[in-house]
Amino acid sequence: MDQRNFTYMFYGLAAVWAVLAIYVLTLVSRESRLSKQLNGLERMLSEKETRKG
Amino acid sequence: MREKILYALGLAGALLLLRNLYVILLQLPDESAQGAIYRIIFFHVPSWFTCFTGFFVAGVSSILYLVKKKPVYDTFAVATVEVGLVFTIIGLITGMIWARIIWGIWWTWDARLTWAFITCLIYAGYLMLRGAIDEATARARYAAVLCIFAFTSVVITFKAIEWWRTQHPGPVLSIRTRGGNMDPAMESMLYLNWLALMLISAVLTAVRMNQEGVLRQVEGLRRQVHASS
Repeated sequence: MDQRNFTYMFYGLAAVWAVLAIYVLTLVSRESRLSKQLNGLERMLSEKETRKG
Repeated sequence: MREKILYALGLAGALLLLRNLYVILLQLPDESAQGAIYRIIFFHVPSWFTCFTGFFVAGVSSILYLVKKKPVYDTFAVATVEVGLVFTIIGLITGMIWARIIWGIWWTWDARLTWAFITCLIYAGYLMLRGAIDEATARARYAAVLCIFAFTSVVITFKAIEWWRTQHPGPVLSIRTRGGNMDPAMESMLYLNWLALMLISAVLTAVRMNQEGVLRQVEGLRRQVHASS
C-alpha cells in the first residue's frame, strides 16, 4: 500500500508538469504558425502593391 | 518593459513552485489516514482555485465586452478561459489519481465530479464555438454570452459539496468551515501553491493574449488580400 501510495503521488505530480508542458508546447507551435502566416500575408500584400504600382 | 515584467512573474512563479515542492515533499509529514498520496491536494485544490479565478475573470471580461464593445476584453476572456481549461484538466487528472488510491476507483458520477466534468466540457465548448465562427464581431458576441452563462456551472461545481451528499470530501479549508479541519501548516502551503500557479497562469494568459492579437492581425490582412484580388 505504502509503495503504491508513493508511486501514485509521483504520477499526480508528473501529470501536473506533463499537462503544463504540453500546453506550453502548444503555445510555442501556435506562435510559430501565426508568425509564418503573418509574414506570408504581409509579403503577399506588398508584392500585390508593387505589381499595381 | 512588458516582456521584462512577464519574465519576472514567470521566474517568481517557478521559484515559488520549486520552494513549495521542497516543503511539500521533504518537510511536511504524511497525513495520518492517507499517507503520502495526500500531497496531491497541494496541486489539486490550487488548480481548481486557479481555473475558477480564470473563469470568473473571463465572465467579468465578457460582460465588459458586451457593454463597451472593446476587442481587448474579448481577447482577455479567451486567454483566461484557455489557461483556465488547462488547470481544469490538471484538477481532474490529479483528483482521479488521488481517488484511485483512496476510493479504489478512478471516477464516480457523484455531483461534484459530474459538475466538474460538465464545467470542463462547457469551457471546451466555448473554445470550439470560437473556432466555428469566422466573423470576429459575431464570434466575440456569442462567445461572451456563453462565457457569462458558463460561470453558473463553476458556482454549482464549487457549491456541490455543500448542496449534495457526495463521495468527494466536504469543505476542509478554514475560509469555508470557519474553524478549519486542516492543519494550519498544510493549509498555508495550499494557498502558497495557489499563488505560484496564479503567477504561472498570469504569464500564460499574457502570452495567449499576445497570440490573439496576432491572430486578429492575420485575419485583417487576409481580408485585405481577398479584397485586393
